[in-house]
Amino acid sequence: MQSIPSNKSNRVMMSLKQMRRSPLMLLVHLSVLLLVLLWTFPTAGLLISSFRDKDQLAVSGWWEALSSSEQNLIGRTDAPDQQVLLDGEYVLAGKIEDFNPKDEILRFGWTSQEPEAYLAGSVAKMRDGGTLTVAGDGRYSMASPTPFTGSRGNRVFYTALASPKFTLDNYDEVLHSEGIGQSFINSLTVTIPATIIPILIAAFAAYALSWMRLPGRGILIALVVGLLVVPLQMSLIPLLQLYNTIGGYFGVSAKSYLGIWLAHTGFGLPLAIYLLRNYISGLPKEIIESARVDGANDFDIFVKIILPLSFPALASFAIFQFLWVWNDLLVATVFLGNGEHELVLTGRLRELLGSRGGNWEILTASAFVSIAVPLTVFWTLQRYLVRGLLTGSVK
Amino acid sequence: MEQLYYSLLAMLLGVFACVFYFFGSNWLLGVIFPINHVSNQKMAKNIRRAAAIRPWLFLGPALFFLGLYLVYPVFDSVYLSLHGRNGEDFVGLANYQWLFNDNEFIESLINNVMWLLIVPALSTFFGLIIAALTDRIRWGNIAKSLIFMPMAISFIGASIIWKFVYDYRAEGSDQIGLLNAVVEYFGGTPQAWITIPFWNDILLMVILIWIQTGFAMVILSAALRGIPEETVEAAVLDGANGIQIFFKILIPQIWGSIAVVWTTITILVLKVFDIVLAMTNGQWDTQVLANMMFDWMFRGGGDFGRGAAIAVIIMIAVIPVMVWNVRQANAQMEGR
Repeated sequence: MQSIPSNKSNRVMMSLKQMRRSPLMLLVHLSVLLLVLLWTFPTAGLLISSFRDKDQLAVSGWWEALSSSEQNLIGRTDAPDQQVLLDGEYVLAGKIEDFNPKDEILRFGWTSQEPEAYLAGSVAKMRDGGTLTVAGDGRYSMASPTPFTGSRGNRVFYTALASPKFTLDNYDEVLHSEGIGQSFINSLTVTIPATIIPILIAAFAAYALSWMRLPGRGILIALVVGLLVVPLQMSLIPLLQLYNTIGGYFGVSAKSYLGIWLAHTGFGLPLAIYLLRNYISGLPKEIIESARVDGANDFDIFVKIILPLSFPALASFAIFQFLWVWNDLLVATVFLGNGEHELVLTGRLRELLGSRGGNWEILTASAFVSIAVPLTVFWTLQRYLVRGLLTGSVK
Repeated sequence: MEQLYYSLLAMLLGVFACVFYFFGSNWLLGVIFPINHVSNQKMAKNIRRAAAIRPWLFLGPALFFLGLYLVYPVFDSVYLSLHGRNGEDFVGLANYQWLFNDNEFIESLINNVMWLLIVPALSTFFGLIIAALTDRIRWGNIAKSLIFMPMAISFIGASIIWKFVYDYRAEGSDQIGLLNAVVEYFGGTPQAWITIPFWNDILLMVILIWIQTGFAMVILSAALRGIPEETVEAAVLDGANGIQIFFKILIPQIWGSIAVVWTTITILVLKVFDIVLAMTNGQWDTQVLANMMFDWMFRGGGDFGRGAAIAVIIMIAVIPVMVWNVRQANAQMEGR
């Protein structure tokens, strides 16, 4: 039987509906749109810029990527051995070398002092009574009463209206000649073990802190919560010293992959234990108790029942740890060397910011390579990430 | 490529070592305290003994790592901060005395306080606004995902993104940075913003706010959804308007979550390092404690005493939040 809505709840429904329809809703839509644009524009700019031609990137904003832009370029005429004698004049004609047929030449000149002296199509007077004409489509003709000499053609300076150009060259360059490709592998090398190893250690500890009888459990949990916020900065110097001592004792480098894996394991454990404990202690008591009645010991219960049930929490932590290790710069700088086979992506980006500060085609493409992996993880596993955040923040 | 195999191998070895430890110790426990083929009395005793030891076997590796990587360093840092640059000769409070007379440190301290006042406040504010607005519209989830996305980007990647936004070209040439293009569009003069004290601090904070707003939004959005609808309905019946409902009904019910967001971001702000390192490296009055500490760790071969002293200062700033967190967690456990 359907219940008849009372007069009271009817009124509530009515006013809620009114609120949804009011012109205020339009304002809500618009402000959310504005906020979303504000939040996405910076990343969009990076992404678009990384695909632009580097000469265009340097002279116009990425929001103008689809419109033509004026560029100052330099080309060459054909070599003098192409010249022909025509009506007593030596003539050299053809297309300017390397001219992009999609572009349009606006102005040209023949000296670097006056690169824009003549409009396209007009006749420029060169020294020795010679003339030079450059048309908008890149054709030129150069004439002189004396023969042209030299092994290469004359330089021609021109300003062209360049059509938008998109290219993968930037990625090709950063992956192969700027070392981003190698660093990508280094980052993976650091991240994979540093994500997996802490999970098991934390899961056992989280179970012990949830369901096992042990003295001082409350203190241990408080310790874990306290350690959650201990700044990494406290650990750096003591551990660096410890690593140096151990490295010196065994005669190996203090900066090694093993060192950084273990460091990330240590630093990731408080969150891992806290997150997993919150989840595991929330599992129904009956499951564990009935297994105990059946004679299973804690080890069996954990391996056969708890671990499979905890998958969502394990996934949440794995994502957190993956993002954190992949994005980390501090731990990698302190505990891993600078060599070609050790420098991780974040470290490489920092280096490029120093050495290639103005080359935005390099920086944007490199940055995008480094954020592509976490962004993929984010978009595919967002559900677990949100769940992790909700159970992982101290309430 | 080769090292990737090492990495996979290490991962397998690590996992194998863990499995070996846990299974092995469990097996050992079974051997030492057998429960089969023994008298009932002995069996009961052995079960009790094994049950008393097993938790510590489970906790062992975790306690080892926590102890070595987090607890011991706290004490060692305090110890080192009372010693000279190589951590050998005792110098008393000289490092701290030096700190409080150092201009760079005072500058860092002031900047950190500014970061602490502005970043958590604005992140929480934007997070709350966005959470409240997106809950009412159909495409709210997409909007939320897009605003949450910067969470996945590294600080250094975000720094590059924003450095590009702040890029400066001399007046007259086309600006390729969004900020200066907007400034020019509205008739202003483009500036090298990153070099102008005070404003550069704000611009660096914008990066962290941009990253953290998504976090605040996720937590607060869940909190808003957890509010019982009857309270809102009652307010509507009493004739409250949207703004009144938001401030008088919704906000008071999510104070707890706001506090969580606020403290979490506060802790993060105290440790902020990558952004300052990448954008200015502390130049133009933007130094912060974490970057200064990093700097002293390596400057001139490294001064461990001074570096540790700065770390201790950061730690002291974190302690109030730590105490608050622990008390919250304890209260929560007692309630369960």
